[in-house]
Amino acid sequence: MIVEAIVFYMFSTILLLSGIMVISARNPVHSVLFLILGFFNAAGLFVLLGAEFLAMILVIVYVGAVAVLFLFVVMMLNVDMSRMRDNLKKNMTVAAVVGFVLLGELVWIFSNWHFSEDAELNVQTPFSAEDAMDNTRALGEVMYTDYMLFFQMAGLVLLVAMIGAITLTLRHRPGVKRQKINEQVNRQVKDVLRVEQVESGSGIV
Amino acid sequence: MTFLDKTARSFFLVEIVKGFWLTLKYFFKPKVTINYPFEKNAISPRFRGEHALRRYPNGEERCIACKLCEAICPALAITIEAEARDDGSRRTTRYDIDMTKCIYCGLCQEACPVDAIVEGPNFEFATETREELYYDKDKLLENGERWEAQIAANLKMDAPYR
Amino acid sequence: MAEFFDIYMLPVFEILGKILLIVLPLLGAMAYLTYAERKVMAAMQLRQGPNMVGPFGLLQPLADGLKLFGKETIIPSASNRAIFVLAPMLTFMLALISWAVIPFDVGMVLADVNVGILYLFAVSSLGVYGILMAGWASNSRYAFLGGLRSAAQMVSYEVSIGLVIVTVILVTGSLNLTEIVMAERTWWMHLLLFPMFIVFVISALAETNRAPFDLPEGESELVGGYNVEYSSMTFALFFLGEYMNMILMSAMTVILFLGGWKVPFGLEWEWLTMVPGLIWFVLKICAVLFIFLWSRATLPRYRYDQLMRLGWKIFLPLSLLWVLVVAGALIMNDALPMPAGVEG
Repeated sequence: MIVEAIVFYMFSTILLLSGIMVISARNPVHSVLFLILGFFNAAGLFVLLGAEFLAMILVIVYVGAVAVLFLFVVMMLNVDMSRMRDNLKKNMTVAAVVGFVLLGELVWIFSNWHFSEDAELNVQTPFSAEDAMDNTRALGEVMYTDYMLFFQMAGLVLLVAMIGAITLTLRHRPGVKRQKINEQVNRQVKDVLRVEQVESGSGIV
Repeated sequence: MTFLDKTARSFFLVEIVKGFWLTLKYFFKPKVTINYPFEKNAISPRFRGEHALRRYPNGEERCIACKLCEAICPALAITIEAEARDDGSRRTTRYDIDMTKCIYCGLCQEACPVDAIVEGPNFEFATETREELYYDKDKLLENGERWEAQIAANLKMDAPYR
Repeated sequence: MAEFFDIYMLPVFEILGKILLIVLPLLGAMAYLTYAERKVMAAMQLRQGPNMVGPFGLLQPLADGLKLFGKETIIPSASNRAIFVLAPMLTFMLALISWAVIPFDVGMVLADVNVGILYLFAVSSLGVYGILMAGWASNSRYAFLGGLRSAAQMVSYEVSIGLVIVTVILVTGSLNLTEIVMAERTWWMHLLLFPMFIVFVISALAETNRAPFDLPEGESELVGGYNVEYSSMTFALFFLGEYMNMILMSAMTVILFLGGWKVPFGLEWEWLTMVPGLIWFVLKICAVLFIFLWSRATLPRYRYDQLMRLGWKIFLPLSLLWVLVVAGALIMNDALPMPAGVEG
């Protein structure tokens, strides 16, 4: 158990430190890299909890896809952080108000938060032992039965967001010549080439 | 070609499979590489390699210092100085070829009336310094002695076409 | 003290020993993959390939390695030092850690985790970071372009790889690699998975940046892509990482489609079943690697837009459709794999 505790504190310390570095690093690319480090340590915490499926999905989706695109954009944009800091100072008062409201709400929520009686037991063994399911199957069991509607709704929201993003950025530029790959691939020699015996002095009609 | 035919072709990757089959056939073919330092290709008698100055069979230098080669050399690689020898015959005192300038066009051997300067069959004369490529008369004569047998045979083979 | 030794030290030593047993042969395999690649390519181009160092040139990889060791490590002054040095290390490390979950035979696996295939997929999707970091930290246009291309390419093909993995999981009903291999497959399941096998191999070529999808390092336009600025050991780590990824992708192909360590074609002749599973596994990996090398000798490099078209407009719809087809076929034949104790 002592080993688990050590590993837990290691993961959470690095997670918190990299979280701080994400917002304080001068170079935006470093921020994204620290964000990735943070994701990794969160995945480690999931593994410690015995939720290896969630850990892997976190790495695949957030580190493998989302953060790559972040990094992509940040590298391409060449963000000027000093100018952004100046903008930040201008909007400081508004930001502070919003921040305090959010903090107040959080405090209000957590002060009224009660753990149910058997919460601790549920955390230790999320599913009763006789089922002996691994957590991938356990997730599927609840996700596709009890929470089917929410799951589908979340999917629809994502679909709408995707279509929205595509339609917002899609522009039809007239006069652009495009390749017709199928036509190119299916072009045969006999369709386009003709071998003629030309007598000297006479042309080809 | 009908639509179905085209679609089937692209779906079953017919052309890619054909390409793979071709490379697989080549995989088992005998290789054409010549194992260079150990094996060498046959070279033509007209091959234009390293220069050599030849001698007559009695040991007399062929070169008569007419300077035709120096005149025709397009790269200005040849430098000749000449003087009468004690016996009155005209001979070179200096015959230098800057091998770093030479373009191996073979005009010098074409111009030579006595077949003295020739480009021999040797092409392996790489050196570690530039200085070694500034050939002087001694070096060229030494080349001539070393390669004489082959140069003479090559000239004989090529003679009917000149 | 003795108790401490038994509980903590002994397992650690055991695991370290197993890691060495996996990593050392792998490093050797990697070195000789470079040799095999040069020989195979040479044979297909009617050349002889390396044949000077040692008998049949067998010591060539050692000579290459020594040469790289002996060179000077150059770190460009305009580069981002830390990330520049970190990138090749990351690439190499990621190429190695995937092997923790690869089962070489029944029970011959370092960590038999429940979500092994997801772990493999996650680690292989991280490979892009090494390249992206290298491209950015070099502070060079060629390297940067190579890094960006590679990132876009790997993200695109991961999607189809993910869907292909889903079809296999549908058939086998488990995320555990050993169970995936052990799952019974009938002939129509093999037939159903064959198109996905092709898609997986092609996507694996793209994922490992191998020809014909090697445009991140396209010599003819980007000089060398993301690794232009690298030299000596930093370059060697990239190079070895690429070959290690090839072996890993072949191992994945073998596990998902070719039956892992089982005797091929389900043959049960005694002289075949006597051969240890490990040897079958290695032989199958070699066969898939040969396809990798073969395609490099056969196919010309893709253009960037063609690459994206293939990934998004052909492989993605095809594999998505195939997930439905496979699921439908399984339900039709009542062959959907169910764990013990769960009603269908």
